[in-house]
Order: sequence, then structure tokens, then C-alpha cells
Amino acid sequence: MKAIAAFLCGLMLGVGLIVSQMTNPAKVIAFLDIRGHWDPSLALVMGSALIAAFAGFAWVERRGRPMLSGELALPPRWPLDRSLVGGAALFGIGWGIAGFCPGPALVGTAALSVDAAVFTVSMLAGMLVANRITAAAASGRRTFTREPSDSAQ
Amino acid sequence: MTIDWLAFTPGAALIGGALIGLAAAFLALTIGRVAGISGILGNVLPGAPAGKPGAGGERGWRIAFLLGLVAAPGLAVLSAVPIPPVESPVDWPWLVVAGLLVGVGTRIGSGCTSGHGVCGLARGSLRSLVATLTFMGFGVLTVWILNHLLQVPA
Repeated sequence: MKAIAAFLCGLMLGVGLIVSQMTNPAKVIAFLDIRGHWDPSLALVMGSALIAAFAGFAWVERRGRPMLSGELALPPRWPLDRSLVGGAALFGIGWGIAGFCPGPALVGTAALSVDAAVFTVSMLAGMLVANRITAAAASGRRTFTREPSDSAQ
Repeated sequence: MTIDWLAFTPGAALIGGALIGLAAAFLALTIGRVAGISGILGNVLPGAPAGKPGAGGERGWRIAFLLGLVAAPGLAVLSAVPIPPVESPVDWPWLVVAGLLVGVGTRIGSGCTSGHGVCGLARGSLRSLVATLTFMGFGVLTVWILNHLLQVPA
């Protein structure tokens, strides 16, 4: 049941990206190019998506628990940290270069775009590297924080 | 700045955006997770942190979601929805560099356009607001440098 719901959500999101033309990198770059001939479409896509998503999150947060799963597990809203801002900066640079972000890259690859496929393979490599970095950093932090409590005993 | 009225597609943007937002709303209502594509993808790849709810480990729904996402062009073809061109203005070496930056950046920054820009903002998340302003700002800056300062031929 959960898998069916997730499949349908992924499908709907993918169709939304196609209908809104956000799978077209030229359209994304035309939004980011505020000095050139600016195409404001992406702002409307986000605005429209935000209204629908806002209603959904407000409903489930008031309800307290989702319909098909035991618990609501949403990411923390704060605090800010350096990896959040640094990561977002790297992402923005890559997004500006190619006009692809992860969703359109996957949908574009499935639409048999060679450009999207090249980008996606490289993006997967980047994610694997980042998973390693964060895993190494997390284990480093654990050993670091364990030391004071050990010495206190 | 001049608005390119011929390129502007408000109707398609509003309808497509609503579908994206509804998909995020349904995922939250049914499974109780954010529809962040970099997180869903990154957490089924090797090396993802396991154990925490919402983190790695929940492979089932994530893989189903990704299968739905990549089934979208097929559904579009079947239902005669036109698929816009998927061609980047840059060459392959740029695509490789950009892909690496997006892969590393979205994982370290805990999200992308869908996770921070749609779900996070809709939840009133300060982290997502800062992340969205940051990647939008760096995206604008990058396009400005490439298209106007260096005039890299597109």
C-alpha cells in the first residue's frame, strides 16, 4: 500500500515537471538569467506547488500521523549550519551551469535525453562521494564526543 | 531585465506546479515524509546513514517513488502530453562538472529544489528558506557569470 502511494506520488511529480516544462534546462536557465530575457515561469511553478504542498503539510501536521505509516518524520526546520549553506551554494552553481536539478535530471533521463543521462550519472557519483564524506564526518564526530564522557566515568 | 513574454508559459507553470505540490502533499499525508528527490535518491545509494526514521533504511517506498518518477515520460507519451526538449545549452564536460556539484551539494545541503524549495518552504522551515535563497542566488550568479561576464557560447 505504501509502495503504491509512493509510486503514484512519484508519477504525479514527474508529470508535473513535464507539464510545467521544468524538465527543459533552457527554461530553468532562462529563469535564472535575470539580466537577459527573463522567463518568470519557474516562479509560478514554485508558487503553485507551494500552495498545494502547504495545504498537505498543514493537514498532516494537525492530524499528527500519516495515513499509511506509523509516524510523521519530517526534517528539522532549524538550526542553520555551514553544511546546509555550503551544500546549497554548490548545488546552485551546478544548477546554473547545466539547468538540471535532481528531479528533472531523472525524468529527462527516462525521456531518453543523452544530456540528462550524462548529468545524472555524474550526479549519482557526486551523491556517492557525499554519502561517504557525511558518513566519515559522522563517525568522526561520534568518537570525538564520546571521549569526554568516557574520561568522566 | 526584460521579461520574455513569448517564452513565459503561465498556464502550464500553474498546472504543472499544482501537480508537483499535490504529489508532495499526498506523500506527506500517506507516508509522512517529504518529497525531496535528492534525499529519496541519495538515501537508497550505498553509504547513506541508516537507522533514523526518515533517513536511510526505508528503501521500499523510496524505490517505488523513484520508479513512479521515471515512469512519468512514458505516461506522458501514452496520454499525448507533449514532452518539452530536454537539452542543456552546455557541452558534456560542463554537464559532468555540474552533475558532480549538484550531487555533492544536494546531499551535503540536505535537499534540492523539491525538498527545500517546495516541501521545506511549505512547512515554514528556516533551514529550507536559507537553502533556497542560497541555491537560487548562486544559480543566478553562475548564469550571470557564464552568459554575460564570460559570454560562454550557449
